[in-house]
Amino acid sequence: MPKDNSIKKVLVIGSGPIVIGQAAEFDYSGTQACQSIKEEGIEVVLINSNPATIMTDLGMAHYTYIEPLTIDFIEKVIAKERPDSIIAGMGGQTGLNLSCELYDAGILDKYNVRVIGTSIESIKEGEDRDSFKQLMEKTNQPIVESDIVTDVEAAVKFADKIGYPVIVRPAYTLGGTGGGIAANEAELREICGQGLHLSRVGQVLIEKSIAGWKEIEFEVMRDGAGNCITVCSMENVDPVGVHTGDSIVVAPAQTLSDREYQMLRSAAINIINSIEIKGGCNVQFALDPNSYNYAVIEINPRVSRSSALASKATGYPIAKVAAKIALGYNLDEIKNAVTGKTFACFEPTIDYVVLKFPRWPFDKFFGAKRTLGTKMMATGEIMSIGKSFESALLKGVRSLEIGQYGLERKSAKEFSLEELKQKVVKPDDERLFYLAEMLRRGYKVEKVCQITGMDLFFISKIAKIVEMEENLKNMNLDELTEDKLRFVKEFGFSDKAISKFIGCIPPDIYKLRKEWNIMPVFKMVDTCAGEFEAVTPYYYSSYDMENEVVVSDKKKVMVIGSGPIRIGQGIEFDYCSVHSIMALRKAGIETIIVNNNPETVSTDFDTADKLYFEPLTEEDVLNIVETEKPDGVILQFGGQTAIKLANFFDEMNIPILGTLPKHIDEAEDREKFDAVLEKLGIARPKGKGVWTLKDGIETAERLGYPVLVRPSYVLGGQGMEITHNEAELSLYLTEAFEKDSKNPVLIDRYLSGREIEVDAICDGTDVFIPGIMEHLERAGVHSGDSISIYPPQHISDEMREKILDVTKKLSIALNVIGMVNIQFIEFKGELNIIEVNPRSSRTVPYITKVTGVPVIDVATRVMLGEKLADLGYYTGIGKEPDVVALKVPVFSTEKLPQVEVSLGPEMRSTGEVLGVGRTLEEALYKGFIAAGMTVPKTGSTILATVSSKDHEEFVEVAKRCVALGCNFIATKGTARVLNENGIDCKVVKKISEGVPNIIDTIRSGVIDLTVDIPKKANDVDSDGFKIRRTAVESDMTLITAMDTFKAMVDVMEKKIDQDKLEIFDINRDLGHN
Amino acid sequence: MKKTIKAELILENGTRFKGNAFGYIKETVGEVVFTTGMTGYQETLTDPSFAGQIVTMTYPLIGNYGINLEDMESRKPFLKGFIVREKCDVPNNWRCEMNLEDFLYQNKIMGLEGIDTRALTRVLRDNGTMRGIITTRVDDLTPSQIKQKFDTYTNAFAVKETTIDEMYTINGSGTHLAVLDCGIKQGIIRDLAKRGCKLSVFPAFTPAEEMLKVNPDAIFLGNGPGDPKDIPTVIETVKTLIESGIPVLGICLGHQLISLALGCNTKRLKFGHHGGNHPVKDLKTGRVYITSQNHEFVVCDLTDDVEPTFINVNDGSIEGIRHKTKPIYSVQFHPEASPGPLDTQVLFDRFLKIIEEVKTRA
Repeated sequence: MPKDNSIKKVLVIGSGPIVIGQAAEFDYSGTQACQSIKEEGIEVVLINSNPATIMTDLGMAHYTYIEPLTIDFIEKVIAKERPDSIIAGMGGQTGLNLSCELYDAGILDKYNVRVIGTSIESIKEGEDRDSFKQLMEKTNQPIVESDIVTDVEAAVKFADKIGYPVIVRPAYTLGGTGGGIAANEAELREICGQGLHLSRVGQVLIEKSIAGWKEIEFEVMRDGAGNCITVCSMENVDPVGVHTGDSIVVAPAQTLSDREYQMLRSAAINIINSIEIKGGCNVQFALDPNSYNYAVIEINPRVSRSSALASKATGYPIAKVAAKIALGYNLDEIKNAVTGKTFACFEPTIDYVVLKFPRWPFDKFFGAKRTLGTKMMATGEIMSIGKSFESALLKGVRSLEIGQYGLERKSAKEFSLEELKQKVVKPDDERLFYLAEMLRRGYKVEKVCQITGMDLFFISKIAKIVEMEENLKNMNLDELTEDKLRFVKEFGFSDKAISKFIGCIPPDIYKLRKEWNIMPVFKMVDTCAGEFEAVTPYYYSSYDMENEVVVSDKKKVMVIGSGPIRIGQGIEFDYCSVHSIMALRKAGIETIIVNNNPETVSTDFDTADKLYFEPLTEEDVLNIVETEKPDGVILQFGGQTAIKLANFFDEMNIPILGTLPKHIDEAEDREKFDAVLEKLGIARPKGKGVWTLKDGIETAERLGYPVLVRPSYVLGGQGMEITHNEAELSLYLTEAFEKDSKNPVLIDRYLSGREIEVDAICDGTDVFIPGIMEHLERAGVHSGDSISIYPPQHISDEMREKILDVTKKLSIALNVIGMVNIQFIEFKGELNIIEVNPRSSRTVPYITKVTGVPVIDVATRVMLGEKLADLGYYTGIGKEPDVVALKVPVFSTEKLPQVEVSLGPEMRSTGEVLGVGRTLEEALYKGFIAAGMTVPKTGSTILATVSSKDHEEFVEVAKRCVALGCNFIATKGTARVLNENGIDCKVVKKISEGVPNIIDTIRSGVIDLTVDIPKKANDVDSDGFKIRRTAVESDMTLITAMDTFKAMVDVMEKKIDQDKLEIFDINRDLGHN
Repeated sequence: MKKTIKAELILENGTRFKGNAFGYIKETVGEVVFTTGMTGYQETLTDPSFAGQIVTMTYPLIGNYGINLEDMESRKPFLKGFIVREKCDVPNNWRCEMNLEDFLYQNKIMGLEGIDTRALTRVLRDNGTMRGIITTRVDDLTPSQIKQKFDTYTNAFAVKETTIDEMYTINGSGTHLAVLDCGIKQGIIRDLAKRGCKLSVFPAFTPAEEMLKVNPDAIFLGNGPGDPKDIPTVIETVKTLIESGIPVLGICLGHQLISLALGCNTKRLKFGHHGGNHPVKDLKTGRVYITSQNHEFVVCDLTDDVEPTFINVNDGSIEGIRHKTKPIYSVQFHPEASPGPLDTQVLFDRFLKIIEEVKTRA
């Protein structure tokens, strides 16, 4: 059927802030969907609370609302824009759930909005546990047998029926506590008894254990006429038991015979046919490695992380095609954009191996429990493409930016074989390296398979890598013949790995490669294994015969992407990379993007003129540079990943656009930077590196407490902390020096002032600041974790002038060309500098949207040599709108067991939302709601536990809460202070004081808001730590900073009527066009 | 590093690919084709349609799940050579009974690994299918030796080579089919037998009369290797069978033979259709199915009493025909899959329905 012409205006719901489990993949799919609908001449209305996305860009949709993703706010958008249709499956689980809620609440009916694409009935059939079960029965598909029981006898009876081993999962316990695998009746009685006790509702789920089965996924598409195709199969290298988001995944499936493959493929197609999917769907299977038995684990009737991966792995644009299907097209009516000749109604076939590696946040959260299980913990992922499993694996390892170039990992060396064995049985983020170490020590390949459940196919490949590594170790440079070097390069080792193993430096290997002409070629990802000519230049490297890259003689610029999403380097940098490409394309320059993150818009095959899907290491990027010979390379938009390459590029005489490496170094090197500040007379908090406890205490005395302390070199240990007195400092320093005595600890005076941040563009003459951002929380909270306010509310004109002046002086002095991010503290009327980043920052997407200044576009043009003045910008600060727009951080810490959740100097947030309002309080209200926080009302109960240093301030705020009709429950100390100040307050027991204690109170659900303002973070044994963990794990609003609490009370006092709140179309209503 | 024997592929147009020999090491000449299926190398290896050809797998890792005795499509592989990017030496699967290299060795098939198979595919795509030599005499064959090898290569007797020597029967209580084995895959036999058919399977050059003697409900022509025009006697047989008025059904080579017998034509495709991802459209319903395909030749120039039933969505080529008045129905693609998607299994039921209808009418 051709396009349904009755569709004129479509509502698209985004997925909201980046959290673990829902990352940039939905910006990618949402952006594709918007474009796909727009090009059909249909209007797009978009709502997404996340400003750091391409999809929410000015002009991406016709009407763009960066508003909270709740049905109330979506109803406002529907009422205002009156779309005739809604597409449900583009915004991840969030978008899907909201679409169902809108439907259930009758809102879609009320406004005559129909669901296009997969229907709500179909979605529910796939999502709801019971109807899924029925559906599987109807379609004759096996599922993992399970039952909910409330007593041990029922559990035993059920287990007898389905057979041991069984998995016991208590209902409503967090982090899966109390569950386990029971191999026999005795074990079941024990585990089940415990589980029933721990479960809040006295229920446990008994499930047949399929541990050790293969986990296989299919991405399937179906159109309204019932045509079905599978886009890609994927196989988890880790067997069932590790969340697919936390598993190394290979595409296509490697260990399945055609019979097994077709059996599962047919099952996937039967399922989506029977629920009448119209669009994309993901089907997950578990397959017994010893028979044809399989079970359907789940289906996701929407685009997903896996569909993004499948799209990037094959070149097949799932989201784009799904959107076309929703508009009425059939698969055979949609052109395959990659070949331009064939149609979307075919199955991609690939002639390479794709691997996906999760990127975990454990480098930031060193205290976290790293055991992988059924709850996803990775913040991001990388994808690697190779001609062999080994080369893809080695590319993948070096793409992760964890300092690994091979499989030999230092941390694994420290363990005995017995310890390693224990470790690999219980998978964690380092399992790959641990099992490689076991193989290195001669542990049997088959035995590794047995204890890990991983397929011999994979383990033997890993063993082959280890063997090659060992061979290289026994070799020296003279023995490295041309044939041998060619062999190891074809195998997949980087120069860095080879040089490390044979004991030389990478340039030695590079020199030999040049001499013997051992250079990689680039192969195309074309959906069809070369069967048809492709028109989209999407490449990966391989040491092979034929190079398929056609290098043009046009002027070209290469943009280095930012790699996997991790804490501190998120989707914002992809936003910047994409915009830089757009600006370059507009300028008529050929664009080349290099990146390895499959979730992103930057790695969509038509974002840049050429896409290279490669690791972002020196060697891998150099290969592309040597092939393409770009006129310039842009590093400013790829975060630290790209900036790290600056010196190497400089050495290799590769032209860098924008700030030059030596100047980047001046900003990054503490001593050089201090010298610049000294020269310019710019203040910064005084500080010093200390080597001993004594030196530290003396320095702190001199600077005055509190002081900010951090190791100059973080070694899997301590991070940044604020210490308030000698005792705290001594403790910190003692621990720090115990862990690492070879590096100093940096001590800075801590200024408890107002934090201010700017992103500026400098062309060498003029410096333009699109907008000044003020942080809600005082200094001490990482800038990425504090609420940013624009336009600033508490900054005087005089201070603004000063900010501009310092920004200008510093940018000129550092020879910045392009972007610079500067963070200040205003302390007692004085402006101090705390940090300068000579690159684009995470606030750029936010500031771009709220100021309307196309920041990256301007910066890119400046880097190309244009002058700000010629672009209509001068030294100054952009015009401010008459609305307040703020960025509120969003955290995923509830998904990371044993991770500190309080705000502090170390960044912990994974995403952000925007709040726009006429007043600061309106904006805050929206921001809180969008971030999933609850704003207390009259009658709400607040649980408080506040460290003594903050009592005084807290009492004042508490009084305001009481005036608003809130009640307090507090721990002894806090309660006493409240009582002393005439505030009625219930006392709750500390954890050590017996039950029911504060933890039980939180879990009981009687609390509306928990305020826990700690003295010290990261102390896992403290009550505070446990209170905070319990609060976030119970999905309760938690506030850990006084300023956030005050802001919330400010909002409460305004008694904002949500029904009357305005919504803003960022294309029109922010007053910048 | 394991000791390897160097080998090279020399194409008719002079392109050379250097790699390593594996399997049974003996110089070989064949028509070089590529197949894009990512699974099912065993079925491909044992598909008689590949007789006389050197098959290149576009997927780089081949042999991952080994070889088993269940998934054979014929009594032995008939292909002339097998080219992979990387053969798997440590296969693993619960049904794995031997590894790829040993299987090739046992069946005297020359293998070549470690070449840029994508580059080879692109050469074939751009220049069309051509002959090739796999030799261990790397850089050692003289131009005249090469020419002589190409000149003496012929695949005209492929059907003769792959067919059976003697007729056999598979008992069943359902429809009785007389099957002409021109190199038929076991997958087709299995699918028909599964549906209860009684099968009388005849060697390729059996006269029509002999087939009709078993009093079948219909004639079934399966797949097979080579150019259908190389076996004019079989085309004549099919003509006779058609004239008898009995339903005639066909797959792949059988489809081409039927078309030729009906006066249509066949032509060579530039590089054939080989793989499991080819979309074909049912012209009656508009539905598109993903099919398994393996053919060099395609039916064209339909006569007035023949109409197309399926077309290929990618290149518009004819994928199925039926006679407007007679019970004659055939498809170019492989509903039995093996290897490939099972989406058109229903075709077998359609075949049987056509036969039933004729029976009821009679």
